[in-house]
Amino acid sequence: MGCLEKLAYEVILRNSSFDECRQYLKKNYRELYAVSPGYKIFDVHIIGVPPVSVALDGNIVIFPFTKPCHGTFLVRVESEYEAQRLRNGSKKL
Amino acid sequence: MGYKIICNRNDYGSDIMKIPENPDSALLVLGCPQVPVQTTAVLYIAARLKKAGIKTVIAGTPSARLLIKYADFDGHYIDEVKDLDMTIDAILENGENYPLCFVFIHNDAGISYAATMNSILKSVVYPVIFGSNADELSSMITFECEKISADAAHNPKPLINAIDGVIKWDV
Repeated sequence: MGCLEKLAYEVILRNSSFDECRQYLKKNYRELYAVSPGYKIFDVHIIGVPPVSVALDGNIVIFPFTKPCHGTFLVRVESEYEAQRLRNGSKKL
Repeated sequence: MGYKIICNRNDYGSDIMKIPENPDSALLVLGCPQVPVQTTAVLYIAARLKKAGIKTVIAGTPSARLLIKYADFDGHYIDEVKDLDMTIDAILENGENYPLCFVFIHNDAGISYAATMNSILKSVVYPVIFGSNADELSSMITFECEKISADAAHNPKPLINAIDGVIKWDV
């Protein structure tokens, strides 16, 4: 739980603010979804200020990951399952 | 019961915050313990809550939990100490609930945690904001709440005054 280390992830932004991550997603991705704070993706709950945005690039999921001491990281992880779950169950922005 | 908590008006107008009449537990959410006043403020609030008969539960990072564990070694003020991620998981997956929640904030991540707790708990959330840029952080909190905020990093007194200004510990 809460262990991003277990995933094959790539960091896009690190030690950022939550708003910087949201703006980056808005500027760089066309397929965006709104999720509630606490939305569970992989084995983590997304921590953030609503509206929380998550982007898809094909089957790659790009989402904010907040660490209390280091701020918010924007990470990308490939998962067909999570991509489909977002497309089927979340509001498209 | 010798004490009760009286809540002041909120930042958003005339409504009194919907504080439960007899809250039985409070969750205190601790972020990075980089700023010294955090542990003092946590123990101060916990001590007052305990006197009001309210169970105190800490959810924090490993370092924040250890600071509390050894500062309150015999558990005078803190009833339970939990992992932050596991607590959030228990709230979302198992329906765990706390009528009161205090979120301690001195950085941007703290704002995100406060917004999340406000969204998932459906109870009264008090952001407790401190550090050298408390005013700026305070302005970033947009959900309806009563903020406890003071520029305080080493000297806890301004933050203690802010806590007492928002919550009256009536005998």
